[in-house]
Amino acid sequence: MKINVQSNLYTFIYASVMVILVALGLSWTYLKLKPLQEENRLKEKKQAILASIGVYTTRDSAQILFDKYIVDNFVVDANGDKVDGISAFDVELEKEVKKDIKDRLLPVFIAKKDGQTFYIFPVYGKGLWGPIWGYVALEDDLNTVYGVTFDHKGETPGLGAEIAERWFWEQFKGKKIFDENGNFVSIAVVKGADTKNDPHKVDAISGGTMTSKGLEAMLFDCLQAYVNFINKEKAKTGERWAS
Amino acid sequence: MGKLTKLVTEPLNLNNPITVQILGICSALAVTVKMKPAVVMALSVMFVLAFANVIISLLRNTIPTRIRIIVQLVVIASLVILVDQFLKAYLYDISKQLSVFVGLIITNCIIMGRLEAFALGNKPLPAFLDGIGNAAGYGIILIIVSFFRELLGSGTVWGIQVIPDSWYAAGYQNNGLMILPPMALITIGIIIWIQRGKYKELQGRS
Repeated sequence: MKINVQSNLYTFIYASVMVILVALGLSWTYLKLKPLQEENRLKEKKQAILASIGVYTTRDSAQILFDKYIVDNFVVDANGDKVDGISAFDVELEKEVKKDIKDRLLPVFIAKKDGQTFYIFPVYGKGLWGPIWGYVALEDDLNTVYGVTFDHKGETPGLGAEIAERWFWEQFKGKKIFDENGNFVSIAVVKGADTKNDPHKVDAISGGTMTSKGLEAMLFDCLQAYVNFINKEKAKTGERWAS
Repeated sequence: MGKLTKLVTEPLNLNNPITVQILGICSALAVTVKMKPAVVMALSVMFVLAFANVIISLLRNTIPTRIRIIVQLVVIASLVILVDQFLKAYLYDISKQLSVFVGLIITNCIIMGRLEAFALGNKPLPAFLDGIGNAAGYGIILIIVSFFRELLGSGTVWGIQVIPDSWYAAGYQNNGLMILPPMALITIGIIIWIQRGKYKELQGRS
């Protein structure tokens, strides 16, 4: 039997079969691989939190080092009071940032390294092409940045994507999020200014202005929510904190 | 054997997909800001192009002409998505680099172009080699363009700083225009100019 490859019936059947096979194939692959992918994603999250305090690890040792350095984690609300019943690791920041600050669940991770305590706050925001996120680690004065990590979904390679590179993170070391009068100012990401000597500014990425501005907005929006928590913590450890 | 070898060597120069066939320009502009993403892209395109070519070649006698473009697109898209999913599960770090490019690979006209022009009318082995050759030709141009764009636009090569600090202190500045797509286009234009000047048989071709 000679099949007429150009006939309408054949074309119709061919297209239908192809679509069904591809859909089945891709769905099956996705379902099979999802657990592995999720595991990788969680490991990567731990890697990022550790990287914000300067502990760079492979994905396999992420869990061990995470348990070693991250000594506590909890969730607070906008007033700075602890919220029970949910683990900081499980909070989905992309959902929280859509809410009003007063309704948000704010995760906090406490790390201890070389005898020092650090507070790690996750941040989430919008880049140019998609979401950007990261972790900001503050020293125990809850003002000076000890380290940061940032990541993105689809920023332009070589431009906005540079926010995921270490050289960009290094800029944030030693910057402060409160000014001398104790007001929250966050950290601005700017072009051309003298950023080396300004404790509240870092250099934007050449050619990656939109991503840089998105990052600046993300820092301000997310860290602002923690101000009440920070003030309450400072009051608790007032004697240790020197401005 | 000579004919098969030519499939790989011709696209490197005299039938280069970017400078002679004028395909794949958009991705060449987007990913050549620095060298590393350019190389990742070139390798990804090589994988997708070679295997898409083989698949379409194997199916070539079964595809109805009217829907051949759709079938090609489905093959390319499925391949790229499958690769992305596998990388996310087994080679997570590489997938982070590739995920950004997924859209760019699917719409890369070199892939559609070669499927139409070659795979549909040739056997799997020649199709495979044609895919490798064209992707290699694409890769060479990407590496050349990204080398200059990174060097002049960022002062680095493969992420390593090359322009000495003393030059910056003396007033040298990175050429910011190099980071933007128009300079990539001009760089490609200059390469085409040099190539046609050297290989006169290419002149007169549109």
